[in-house]
Amino acid sequence: MSETLSRGEQLEGFLAQVPIVKTLGMHCDIKGDDMVGVLPFQNKLIGNFTIKALHGGAMGTFLEMTAMAQLFLVADVERPPRTINITVDYLRQGRAQDLYARATVIKLGRRMASVRAEAWQSERDKPVAALLGHFLLGDGGGPRQTG
Amino acid sequence: MANPMNDLDARIEFMRENMANMMKVTPWANEMGFEVTRIEKGHVWGVQPFREHLIGDPETRVIHGGVITTLLDNLCGAACGATLKEFRFVATLDLRIDYMRPAESGRDILAEAECYHVTKSVAFCRAWAYHESRDKVIATAQGAFAINKPRTGFKKGDQM
Repeated sequence: MSETLSRGEQLEGFLAQVPIVKTLGMHCDIKGDDMVGVLPFQNKLIGNFTIKALHGGAMGTFLEMTAMAQLFLVADVERPPRTINITVDYLRQGRAQDLYARATVIKLGRRMASVRAEAWQSERDKPVAALLGHFLLGDGGGPRQTG
Repeated sequence: MANPMNDLDARIEFMRENMANMMKVTPWANEMGFEVTRIEKGHVWGVQPFREHLIGDPETRVIHGGVITTLLDNLCGAACGATLKEFRFVATLDLRIDYMRPAESGRDILAEAECYHVTKSVAFCRAWAYHESRDKVIATAQGAFAINKPRTGFKKGDQM
């Protein structure tokens, strides 16, 4: 990858090429090594029409993608990390509104990383869903060398 | 009058008759394009066709793990519907997915889910995704589902 592109630009360039990101309609609001995933509401994200609730699978995909993107921002890897496993807790019903998510890399090893992510809607301290995931880093791994 | 949906055998029969439309009324499942293919008591099977718009890695062209999350979550929900004695809606409490090996690009993903234990308020499920058989899984899942209190009426679009 180009030396002249910032890590955030590299991530945006990668996300622009991923079909599932386009299918979800999500994007990442990147601020240096921090970011917020944004999933604007669309009818196709619904899982239950009668109660107009977001589909758990759509929220899970969005959380996994957000966790992966945050990990890509801070880890020294060329390729996107591969998921080992994820656990998604569904805490509240996802309403027919935009969904946001922030992820934290809680352990960054040379080969693996643990990432926690939380999604919310109108109130940040009322999370709708939370994810804990383990990811396999490519060759190298470890924290990203800055400068 | 007793609700026929509260009879498990009759409900399974109803689910089988409506198998083709079951996922069509769930927008996000419809977007994924998967189908339920077989229903037995406590156990359901489905297929997720390979679709370009579900790719998660442009280099390997493999379907994103989130698609498997959606598939297994929905099949677990359907397995609950084919298990509970009385008709109830269920909501996913948590779902854990372990990825054993990457899916192969261009191939359909087969999956099955079973509801293996039910308490008064929670149903426990496990599920598998694979190309050929459960001997060589792509992913396994384990989840707990909250059994909602009865609501009156059954409307089109309700998830079982």
